[in-house]
Amino acid sequence: MTLLSLENLTVRRGLCPVVENVTLTVAEGEFVGLIGPNGAGKTSLMRAALGLLPHEGQSSLAQLSPGLRARAAAFLPQGREIAWPLSVEALVALGRGAHLAAPPDADRQAVDRAIDRMGLQTYRARSATALSGGEQARVLIARALAQDTPLLLADEPVAGLDPEAQLKTMEVFATLAAEGRAVVASIHDLGLAARSCTRLVLMQAGRVVADGAPRAVLSDENLAQVFGVRGFHAETPDGPVFQPMGILR
Amino acid sequence: MKVLLPLGVVGALLFAASLLVGPAGLGLSESLKALLTGQGGAVVLVMQEIRLPRALLGLMTGAALGLSGAAMQGYLRNPLAEPGLIGVSATAALGAVLSLQTGLAGLFALALPLSALAGATVAVLLILVLAGPRGGALSLILAGVALSALAAALTSLVLNLSPNPFAAMEIVYWMMGSLADRSMTHVWLAAPFMAVGLVMLLSLGRSLDALTLGEDAAASMGVNLTRLRLAVIFGTALVVGASVSVAGSIGFVGLVVPHVLRPFVGARPSRLLPAAGLGGAAVVLAADIAVRLIAPDQDLKLGVLTALIGAPFFLHLIWRLRGEHA
Repeated sequence: MTLLSLENLTVRRGLCPVVENVTLTVAEGEFVGLIGPNGAGKTSLMRAALGLLPHEGQSSLAQLSPGLRARAAAFLPQGREIAWPLSVEALVALGRGAHLAAPPDADRQAVDRAIDRMGLQTYRARSATALSGGEQARVLIARALAQDTPLLLADEPVAGLDPEAQLKTMEVFATLAAEGRAVVASIHDLGLAARSCTRLVLMQAGRVVADGAPRAVLSDENLAQVFGVRGFHAETPDGPVFQPMGILR
Repeated sequence: MKVLLPLGVVGALLFAASLLVGPAGLGLSESLKALLTGQGGAVVLVMQEIRLPRALLGLMTGAALGLSGAAMQGYLRNPLAEPGLIGVSATAALGAVLSLQTGLAGLFALALPLSALAGATVAVLLILVLAGPRGGALSLILAGVALSALAAALTSLVLNLSPNPFAAMEIVYWMMGSLADRSMTHVWLAAPFMAVGLVMLLSLGRSLDALTLGEDAAASMGVNLTRLRLAVIFGTALVVGASVSVAGSIGFVGLVVPHVLRPFVGARPSRLLPAAGLGGAAVVLAADIAVRLIAPDQDLKLGVLTALIGAPFFLHLIWRLRGEHA
C-alpha cells in the first residue's frame, strides 16, 4: 500500500525553486534514505510533503486535515527543540496528542513501547532538558514513535548520535519498515544509509537524480557528480561499507 | 490535581479574607450575614457594593493575568514572556488615559473602562496587521514591543500636555493599578470578556504542550498553528484588556506566577494554565488585602505593591537563568 505519494512537488524560496518537480511514492515496508549534499532540498521536500511549506504539485499527506495527517505520518524535525523541562516520559507521551480518542491503555502501551525501543527505560523520570544532546535526540525519536503512525519522516535523525545510538536508531527504523510501516529519513552517513535502508533517493539542487537500491544509487558516477567525492567501497559480512576518500573538484 | 486543590483552597480563603478586610471594621458574623441575607442596613451596602466587587475583581484580574501569562509563555516558549508583551496592556492604558484627559471618564461610570477596551481592540487589530495570523514568535514579540513603545510614548505625551497638575496626577494614580472604589458595574462589564478569554486560553493546553517541541513538530502532531496563534492573541487581549480596563496596570503577576508554578506541574503547559489562573487570583487577592492592611489610610496602589514584590523576584529569576546557562 502506498503511504506517501508526491506528484510534481515544487517548493520555491522567492523565485528560486528549492525542490523541483519531485514525483515519489513510498510504500509500506520501505525504509527510504534521503541523501544528497547540504542544500539539496531534503528538508524542504519533507516539510512540503507534510504540508508545512507552501508548495505546488500534490502531496497525499498535505491534502489531509491536520488531525488525520497526524495519524498518517509522524515527523521528526531537524532542529531538536525542547522548550520546557518535561520528564522524558511526559515528553514521549506528547506523541499521543495525535490520538485524542485512544483509550489510556493504548496510550500507555505506545509510550512504553517507544521508550523501550529507544532504550530509554532508565531515563523515564529524568528531565529531558537536563540530558545530553544525543540523549535528547533519542527521546525525540521515541516521541515520534509514540505517535504510532504508518509513516515516519525523520530529518537527520542520527546526526550527533554516538555510534551505538546511530546503529540502534537505524535498526529501530528498519524494524518499523519490516513490520509493515515505512520510514523516510535524511541521512548524511552514506555507508550507514546503504546498510540499513531498503531504498535510497539521491537529491541534488532540488531534483531527484537517482532512486533505487542502495548499491545502484551509490555508484561512482553519482558520487562524483553529486557529492564531488571519490569513495572507497567494500563488501563486508555486515553489508556495504562506504567511505568518502577524496575531493574531486 | 495535586497543585490545583491547594491553590483553589488558598484562593477561596483569600477571597473570603478580602471580603472581611476594610476600614469599616465589621465583625465576621455581621458581615457574612449582611452579604448572604442582605439584612443589616449600612453593612449590606459596604459588603455588597464595596467589598464584594473588590474581591471579585481581584479574583478575576488575578486569574486573567496568571492564565494569560502562562499561555503567552507557552506560546512563545519563553519563561520571560508576559501578558503585556503583545502591547494590549499599554494600549488599553492609553485608552483609559485619553478618557481621563479628555474628561470623557467623568461623563458616565463606564466611560473609562470602555475607552480602555477600545484601546485594547485597536492593539489587537494592529497586532494582526503587523504580525499576521501566520508567522513566528519573533514577529509577534517585535510587533508587541513596538506597539507598547508607541502607546507609552503617547501616554507620556498626554501627561506632558496635561492642562493642570491634578489631571496629570489623576492619570498617574490610575496607571498604578488598583481595585479600590470599584462597583459591581465594573464586574459586570469585565466578566463577559474575561469569561470568553479564559475559556479560549484554557482550551489551548494540548496545542501548547505539542508546541514544546517547536512549530514544525506541533504542526505534524495535528496542531493548527494559525488557529493557535489567533486564539492566543484574542484570548490574551480579551482578558488583559478587560483586566486593565477595570484595574489599571498590575505588573509582574503574569510573569512571575506561571514561572513559580511551572516546576509543580511537571513543566507541562496544559497543566500550568489552570494552575497559573488560580495562582494569579491568589496573588492579586493577597496583594489587595496587603495594600489595605499595610497602609489603610494612604491608598497604597495594588500595582505598586505587585511590582515591588515582583521586580526583585524577576531579578532572582534572571540570576538563576544566568547560572543555568553559564
